[in-house]
Amino acid sequence: MMTTSAPERDRAQIVAAKKQRQASRIAEAASAGIKVLLLKVLLLGIVDAISVYALFVLFIKQDWLVFGLVLLVTIIVNVIYFRAKGLPAKYLTPGLIFLLIFQIFVVGYSGYIAFTNYGTGHNSTKDDAVNSLILSSQERVPDSPSYAVTVLEQAGAYSFLVTDPDGEISVGNPDAPLKPVTDAETDASGQAISLPGYTTLNFADIVANQEAIAALAVPVSDDPNDGSLRTPDGSAAYLYLSDLVYDEAAGTMTDAGTGVVYTEDPSQGSFVAEDGADLQPGWKVEVGLANFAKAFGTDSIRGPLISVTLWTFAFAFLSVATTFALGLFLAIVFNDLRMRGRNVYRVVMILPYAFPAFLSALVWAGMLNPQFGFINQVLFGGAEIPWLTNEWLAKFSIIFVNLWLGFPYMFLVCTGALQSIPGELQEAATVDGARPWQVFRLIKLPLLLVSVSPLLIASFAFNFNNFNLIYMLTNGGPRDVTAGVNVGATDILISMVYKVAFVGANRDYGLASAFSILIFVLVALVSIISFRQTKALEELN
Amino acid sequence: MMVKKNGLLAAGAIAVAASLALAGCSAGSSSSGTTSDADSSTLTVWVDADRAAVLKDAAAAFTKESGVKVKLVQKDFAKIQEEFIAQVPTGKGPDITIAAHDWLGNFVSNGVVQPVELGDTAADYQQVAVTAMSYEGKTYGVPYSIENIALLRNTALAAEAPATFDDMTAAGVAAGTEFPYLVQIGPEADPYHLYPFQTSFGAPVFGTNADGSYNPDDLTVGNAGGEAFATWLAAEGAAGRMSVNLTGDIAKEKFYAGASPFLLTGPWNVPDAQAAGIDVSVDPIPSAGGQVAQPFVGVQGFMVSAKTKNAIAANEFLVNYIGSEEVQTALYDVGGRPPALTAAFEAASSDPITAGFGAVGATAVPMPNIPQMGKVWQFWGVTEAAIISNQGDPVELWQKMTADIAAAIQ
Repeated sequence: MMTTSAPERDRAQIVAAKKQRQASRIAEAASAGIKVLLLKVLLLGIVDAISVYALFVLFIKQDWLVFGLVLLVTIIVNVIYFRAKGLPAKYLTPGLIFLLIFQIFVVGYSGYIAFTNYGTGHNSTKDDAVNSLILSSQERVPDSPSYAVTVLEQAGAYSFLVTDPDGEISVGNPDAPLKPVTDAETDASGQAISLPGYTTLNFADIVANQEAIAALAVPVSDDPNDGSLRTPDGSAAYLYLSDLVYDEAAGTMTDAGTGVVYTEDPSQGSFVAEDGADLQPGWKVEVGLANFAKAFGTDSIRGPLISVTLWTFAFAFLSVATTFALGLFLAIVFNDLRMRGRNVYRVVMILPYAFPAFLSALVWAGMLNPQFGFINQVLFGGAEIPWLTNEWLAKFSIIFVNLWLGFPYMFLVCTGALQSIPGELQEAATVDGARPWQVFRLIKLPLLLVSVSPLLIASFAFNFNNFNLIYMLTNGGPRDVTAGVNVGATDILISMVYKVAFVGANRDYGLASAFSILIFVLVALVSIISFRQTKALEELN
Repeated sequence: MMVKKNGLLAAGAIAVAASLALAGCSAGSSSSGTTSDADSSTLTVWVDADRAAVLKDAAAAFTKESGVKVKLVQKDFAKIQEEFIAQVPTGKGPDITIAAHDWLGNFVSNGVVQPVELGDTAADYQQVAVTAMSYEGKTYGVPYSIENIALLRNTALAAEAPATFDDMTAAGVAAGTEFPYLVQIGPEADPYHLYPFQTSFGAPVFGTNADGSYNPDDLTVGNAGGEAFATWLAAEGAAGRMSVNLTGDIAKEKFYAGASPFLLTGPWNVPDAQAAGIDVSVDPIPSAGGQVAQPFVGVQGFMVSAKTKNAIAANEFLVNYIGSEEVQTALYDVGGRPPALTAAFEAASSDPITAGFGAVGATAVPMPNIPQMGKVWQFWGVTEAAIISNQGDPVELWQKMTADIAAAIQ
């Protein structure tokens, strides 16, 4: 169709002119109309009102980055919808905003985590860490009695009216240690309940001011080493000693008991003593490329990383290859008109697809049990074949189960693609004397691959991260007990990331994110190369 | 024209969502708590579905007396640990959460919980429950239940409780069933269910400090008793009595089908066994190595967020309401696990099954709640599995495991 005849060109011009008229009519209808304008003003008003509110909040929090972003987005949205022109932008904007929030932000944030030490013991800010350290360093003096306490208020300051176990009554506040009083009013049990000049707080008042009251520490004497009284519930007080003293100016924590000084280490995000011991918890800090250095520099991680990467590629490739081969074979068989009862077979073929893969993997794990499983018991007459506990058999079982789970999808896809190939091609080839195998190899397969290739690539990417199957079937095992690392023979990258980062006590989200970035790079590379190949295929036609 | 209007509507909705989401992000990243003061008289409590119904009544009573509202949020128990650690630092977490005691080390090293002062009521609980809820000398939770495994006996197949492991095996053989005894193992073994046998050889995982807390620097698992246990495991594996093919599900089914007189399991499998028509009795776990066979005890309870603004109300609610005999008994009624409060436990002991598990629990040890325990599991199970399936010299494998654990803890 390199040359175009004159009448055809005319017809094309007429169609184009018609389309243009249609478009301008729509545009006119859209821009005119007072109702539409009102609606537009109303909706944008709502958006702007919320934006202004958000801006206020952000201004108060002094969160300038997000403030700037919200401002920018608001201005852009207003400009787009008030301009008469730019219809495409009006349709695109909502989608773009979605993309920004739910894709770009999430990916960007995960990427950012890879450069922090976020994980166990480093999951919040320094203020939280200090607060938490101080909270848990309060230790009740062993065998100290419990004191009945009444919370008093005077001119906005709180005091404790304390009745000790011997019945002695005293009063004190954080600035003035306890001193005995005689004029307190007591109830029937001998507990002091009020003192002239002070207001007694009832439970509701205490609850209303509980943050301040829970923070009160009333020293029992002038010597801070005697400890101070604190009340966890507003009615009973106990004698506490604090181990840790925080010096904000110097950035140090001092253990009052042992005298050890822990100095703030901003590169590590924790308080560290001279001998290297640190206090838990610390806080989250940026650590640069440390996580990547850990992934490649630590022997116990690098070794498994390489073997696991190889197996991941093998697993993903074999999974796609086997499922596609079986799916295609079945599709061709069921596409043959000579086959009777095709619909029944097709439904049966789809069944594995209908079960959740998650459950199927569990069921298969049971069926592959060497001693009690269906496969060995029934099909192999009681032979104890270690399907899931031998390294190579486990790898085989994984691919086999994935074949069972995955071929219906390929079958569906291939059936659809086969039916879109015109029958005339086959007829023409047969007339030319081609054998069925030649027809398939030279005509059907290339045509099929053009439409199926993107799905094969997607399927590869999916299997590359097929965590469910591995986790449910073998949990990455069997493991070599002499290796000393928690990585098994069937672990793929994603399940290894899960184990390195989340199994055990020390969760390391930073390291996990670094691994995720590596996986992303690998999948992206494979996809780019594959799509290039697909393009070459398309050019065949 | 319709198209246009819809587009604009959608755009409006999205822009609203966008600005809200952006504002939300910033709220999350800001560190200083800015929760409004209006929240100060509402306690938010995370609780699992089974416990929620019981707490509803306790919460109502508490609200009536103190004026503090209690908001119960239902959570999937298995997900609470992760979510609590993730949410508390952002200021969005609850004031109180239901928790298992062995999460404690993780919680403390993440700085998300604060100590709870049980005061004089500490003596009212079973000692093991309070010890389990303590970390580095401080109590962090109010316990409500204790659970541990014991020996379930099918009385039709074995008339008497075995005194030692050999007695049990002999009785199992005499019963003429498929298995002399059953304990769940699985491909990565099950150190939790095998632990009583291990302790009977005198090889706990960690040594203990003077106050009963675990000392992560003292790895007693690799002592001579541990080696003896490893050798014993290999022998049981070779004799075919223990097998990595016996997963929890299979062991349970075999017991229900009468294929063995004994099953080592917890209270959670008793109702099904009884439903299967088996007359079960709960016995102490027989000793294999000569010393007392101590299983792990798991304690559940409630813990307080480090960032709560309602510390006093939370403490009051936990100590005086969750710690009351009524609530503890009600929690026992829905969960079937022996209560942690001694008075409630004694009342519940009128049931022989509860009494049986309780008697075993009295001799048991709390599962270590120190974070180092997380490093132990990943080597422990696979090594036991390798020993049971005779994949090498048991003592060598056991020592390799001890070295790996020691290296991982460093």
